[in-house]
Amino acid sequence: MPPTDAASEAPLLRMRGIRKSFPGVKALKGVDLSLHTGEVLALLGENGAGKSTLIKILGGAHQPDEGTIEIDGQPASVATPQASQAAGIGIIYQEFNLIPHLSARENIFLGQEPGSISFIPRASEEARAQALFDRIGVEVPVDAECNSLTVAQQQIVEIAKTLSQDARIIVMDEPSAALSPRETKGLFRVIDELKSQDIGIIYISHRLDEIFEIADRVTFLRDGEHIDTRPVDDLTREQMIELMVGRSLDKEFPKRDTAPGQPRLVVENLNSGERVQDVSLEIRAGEVLGLTGLVGAGRTETARLLFGADRPDSGSLQLDGQSLAINNPRDAIRQGICLLTEDRKAQGLVLGQTVRENFGLPNLRHFTSGGFIRQNEEAQAFAGYVNQIQIKVTGPEQVAGTLSGGNQQKVVLAKWLQRNAEVIIFDEPTRGIDVGAKYEIYQLINQLAEQGKAVLIISSELPEILGMTDRIIVMNEGRITGEITEVPSATQEDVMRLATSQAKGEGTGFRG
Amino acid sequence: MKKLNYTKLLFDYGTLFVLALLCAWFSYVTIEEQSPTSPAAAERLANRVGGQLPTGASVVVLTRQGGEGRSFANALAEQLAKAGVTVASTTVGQPVDARKALTDFAATGAELAGIIADKHMASFANTNLGALGQAHSTLAKAKIYQPTSYRWPNFLKRDNLLNVMKQISVVAIIAIGMTLVIITAGIDLSVGSLIAFSGVITALAIQSLGGDSPTTGHLWLGAMVGILACGLAGLFTGSLVTLFGIPAFIATLGIMFIAKGLAFIISDSAPVPVANEAFGWLGRGRDFFGLPNSVVLMLILFAIAHVVMTRTSIGRYIYAVGGNPEAARLSGVPVKWVLVFVYTLTGLLAGLGGVMEASLHITGDPKSGDLVELKVIAAVVVGGTSLAGGQGRILGTLIGAFIIAVINNGMNLTGVESHMQKVIYGAVILIAVLVDRLKIHLLKLKKA
Repeated sequence: MPPTDAASEAPLLRMRGIRKSFPGVKALKGVDLSLHTGEVLALLGENGAGKSTLIKILGGAHQPDEGTIEIDGQPASVATPQASQAAGIGIIYQEFNLIPHLSARENIFLGQEPGSISFIPRASEEARAQALFDRIGVEVPVDAECNSLTVAQQQIVEIAKTLSQDARIIVMDEPSAALSPRETKGLFRVIDELKSQDIGIIYISHRLDEIFEIADRVTFLRDGEHIDTRPVDDLTREQMIELMVGRSLDKEFPKRDTAPGQPRLVVENLNSGERVQDVSLEIRAGEVLGLTGLVGAGRTETARLLFGADRPDSGSLQLDGQSLAINNPRDAIRQGICLLTEDRKAQGLVLGQTVRENFGLPNLRHFTSGGFIRQNEEAQAFAGYVNQIQIKVTGPEQVAGTLSGGNQQKVVLAKWLQRNAEVIIFDEPTRGIDVGAKYEIYQLINQLAEQGKAVLIISSELPEILGMTDRIIVMNEGRITGEITEVPSATQEDVMRLATSQAKGEGTGFRG
Repeated sequence: MKKLNYTKLLFDYGTLFVLALLCAWFSYVTIEEQSPTSPAAAERLANRVGGQLPTGASVVVLTRQGGEGRSFANALAEQLAKAGVTVASTTVGQPVDARKALTDFAATGAELAGIIADKHMASFANTNLGALGQAHSTLAKAKIYQPTSYRWPNFLKRDNLLNVMKQISVVAIIAIGMTLVIITAGIDLSVGSLIAFSGVITALAIQSLGGDSPTTGHLWLGAMVGILACGLAGLFTGSLVTLFGIPAFIATLGIMFIAKGLAFIISDSAPVPVANEAFGWLGRGRDFFGLPNSVVLMLILFAIAHVVMTRTSIGRYIYAVGGNPEAARLSGVPVKWVLVFVYTLTGLLAGLGGVMEASLHITGDPKSGDLVELKVIAAVVVGGTSLAGGQGRILGTLIGAFIIAVINNGMNLTGVESHMQKVIYGAVILIAVLVDRLKIHLLKLKKA
């Protein structure tokens, strides 16, 4: 909590009346924001609300059209990334800016070398890096190459880097998105430590639970406008959602009314090295099966094997009693299995192509005659999904890379819906997606189940797994460690217990 | 919004704009007095003469040797006869021949009504008719007729323009394949060597099939062998890239040396002649509306490639593989097959280029094709295809190839010295790539 007298002094950071337009879009329409020393300010808003733009202005990547920025009550210039750094602002973007083959130490001091042709004072750098890690309270091997570090460790390196530049304001953009629950706890300890050192933190996340846990105040943005700023203690979850979305959602998870039928996809003894061992599972018609576990438990790896993205060492697959031979994703798609990958940008979309082209990619057979693509038909089919699942696009020719995360996910969804697959695997379907869009995606998952499809959801977000699935399978270290059949009565603790337990025996493990 | 449209316009038609500017510039600097010598000009001139001279009046036709002199003279004689004028003699040659023609006419004693000449002979007649008239009174009243002249750029003359296209046709055709390869974020350095390889193999195949008197069938068959051999080389490259993950730059560098070396080995380092002039059909012929056959082939291939890249699945797949290979694979695109396809196609087109080159000289020359790969890459890049992959257009490449050809041709017409040509050539490529970077930069701004 900020000291009580801090409120009367000038805040650490004050942004006033920030406006920013891009061609055709008013991204920010006069946003105010203030941050005190030793405070965590959460920045909440749907995708496209203007959070990223605001942060990029703070980081010197964009210039505001209007508005002032003050640090300690003094007007500050953040015209360039360098100026922003010099003003004591450190930004940790979702995608880290680390050089993979340089060590943690080298990354921390990159750009701070004494001069282009002088020797690097290695010993003193090591000592300083060590001191930084001590200050953060986390141990990271100073001379390990960054690509050998875990995501959480890389994040610590990023934090250390900002501290080495004497940052007093640290912005974290979705820092927990790629972390396991345990790693997230570690991150929170680091944040507490930074708070105690009078550093102000702006924290961006879509995970409301985290906001309650870590934030002192919350600033809400919607459509480029500042909606409200309130202490987190005065807020309920429902209020938060309402302030973000601008309307109240009855529930986070829509209800589904289906009873699972016959088994459709049956997987037996799937193996792939250490990462997937003896995984057997079945998904029934109209069933939503949850697959969870800590990051690295083998969930995504299992999904990739089912989809043919990787080749299993052994194991068999059956769909509706027919055994499947799947050597690559092309086979899987032809047989009626599709996978919505967790990383949309790297695996789900060709960002430079239009949404229509992305949509058509797995469906070209459907849209071609005599070798020619019937582009009008393709565009019409896509337009149908634009209405059905409310994709916000300017038209079928919009380039996929220019869409917000939620709309990108919907484009990916549309391309697989058109495929009319029988088995749909969602890997982290709502990662980085705002609350409103999440709800729409959940509704869609329910519709698929109601059509008798077999749905598999992989998610690290336990509320999502518990709220959306009929049955949950938990993995740890490549093995299935348990199954939860009575989902309505299960708790997050039940899942976590299985996620951290050792596999018992062979095959599907025990019934939880 | 308006600003956006301008940038889009610049993206889409920037290279076309550059091409137009270049054409305008070279047109401007090569404007000269032109005196037409086409059959149509002959007809117009003959009609003018027929209108002014009485029927049956005697005239002589004088044209310069070389160029279109002979055909112009013949056309004139024919049209003049139609116009009712008596053509006493037709002379194609030097001024001395013209003088002889006139004195020969004077010797007949008849009255000369007119001298019908091209630009050069008209100027000869103008300066000499006075003296000749004094010597031979029958010549004194002759009127001198020449085609109406006009100012027109040498660059824009039909023959020059056709020449521009003909000279670039081999590079442009191979650039189709290279565009596809570069869109998949690859590169193919072997195409220049494959030109030599294909030419030599084709010539040797024709020799061994047809001996000293190969038939047209042998020529076709030989060309197929040459093209398919290069297709196999491309298939091999594609396999190296997909199966073993060898970077395309390295794989094609290897093929480049191997193919060049083999071309010299199998030809004993000497050009291999083809013993049938008909082999020149592709490289020298003009069988379609007076267009060079190589240019017609180039335009057809570009039309096909454009349709394939914009309207078919394989086109879509190529863009997707270049834009994001992993997303493409997970969307069911047969990524490896696509890559093998583009390298094989490029090999086939390089083989075709080799056949065209050999056809032009009626010889398979192991020395041909040197550094052509770089010209091809330059055409693709100047045409706006990004080396980063995923973006590029077939028609852009055609424009890129034209830009390079126009620069070459224009510099030749204006007498720019050859070393300077290289400097300018390089500068143009750098500017094109800079524009490419600028585009990416602008796109990033737009996204944010």
